[in-house]
Amino acid sequence: MRPEPTFEAPWHAQLFALTVHLNEAGQFAWPDWAERFGATLKQHGLEKDLNGGDDYFTAWLETLETFLTETGAAEAQALSDMRAAWEAAYLRTPHGQPVYLD
Amino acid sequence: MPHDHSDHDHPHSLLPSDPALRVKALETILTQKGLIDPAALDEIIDTYENKIGPKNGAHVVARAWSDPAFKAALLEDADPVLAEMGYYGRQGEHMVVVENTDAVHNMVVCTLCSCYPWPLLGIPPGWYKSDAYRARAVREPRKVLADFGVTLPEEQAVRVWDSTAEVRYLVLPQRPEGTEGMDEAALMSLVTRDSMIGCGLAAAP
Repeated sequence: MRPEPTFEAPWHAQLFALTVHLNEAGQFAWPDWAERFGATLKQHGLEKDLNGGDDYFTAWLETLETFLTETGAAEAQALSDMRAAWEAAYLRTPHGQPVYLD
Repeated sequence: MPHDHSDHDHPHSLLPSDPALRVKALETILTQKGLIDPAALDEIIDTYENKIGPKNGAHVVARAWSDPAFKAALLEDADPVLAEMGYYGRQGEHMVVVENTDAVHNMVVCTLCSCYPWPLLGIPPGWYKSDAYRARAVREPRKVLADFGVTLPEEQAVRVWDSTAEVRYLVLPQRPEGTEGMDEAALMSLVTRDSMIGCGLAAAP
């Protein structure tokens, strides 16, 4: 039997590490994070039962984006622009080559 | 130009999912602002993927089974005992160890989100984070246990502990019969992750 992977997808791991790192760097206290995350999970759980996989980390991501926007660490427009820049970078990079921003 | 999905030649790199792109955007912006160090992210991932896992908790349990003084200290105040073993919470949480006995079986949940004793058990499994477990563990713990294949005697009470950002719980499962004379290393192999969440029992030798 293969052991379960620690993280189901690479972005789950990146997001987890990012959040732990920001906490350790003093960007926010962990209880404040947990309270916000719990509220997002509750909100998302109203529509459907969350399975604890992708939907769990989707809620996690939404919480972190909102939190950082509120603290001023990242602006919503800048996040949206940067996401578009990464998408464009992937689309113009030939398959198999490293992807870089402009 | 929109991505042509009928093209099977993949002339460009596979586009990551929407959340994956948003995570990349966060990382890039926070790195540019000097708020995070990308190398630290890799170190955190490596730690949780390769260094921290249920074997840490199993080590603690096996020692508690083997050493009564250690067990007493662990149940009394777990933090200093665990810190000495190198298992301490990076998010500043307190650890509480709850002991299963013939009278009471302990089970752990986090109804708020998914607070979990990371230093001892690593990253929680998907089911621990699911709405189903988080809701049912409190409402019908015996039914949840039955789903895990665990049926407890009627007279054994079930106590459910709700984790928080500040307090995390580890269940000290009952030592299985027939393990007299086994050393710590052999005992460790009987301690499953689920038994330390309280959704399973330690394995029989």
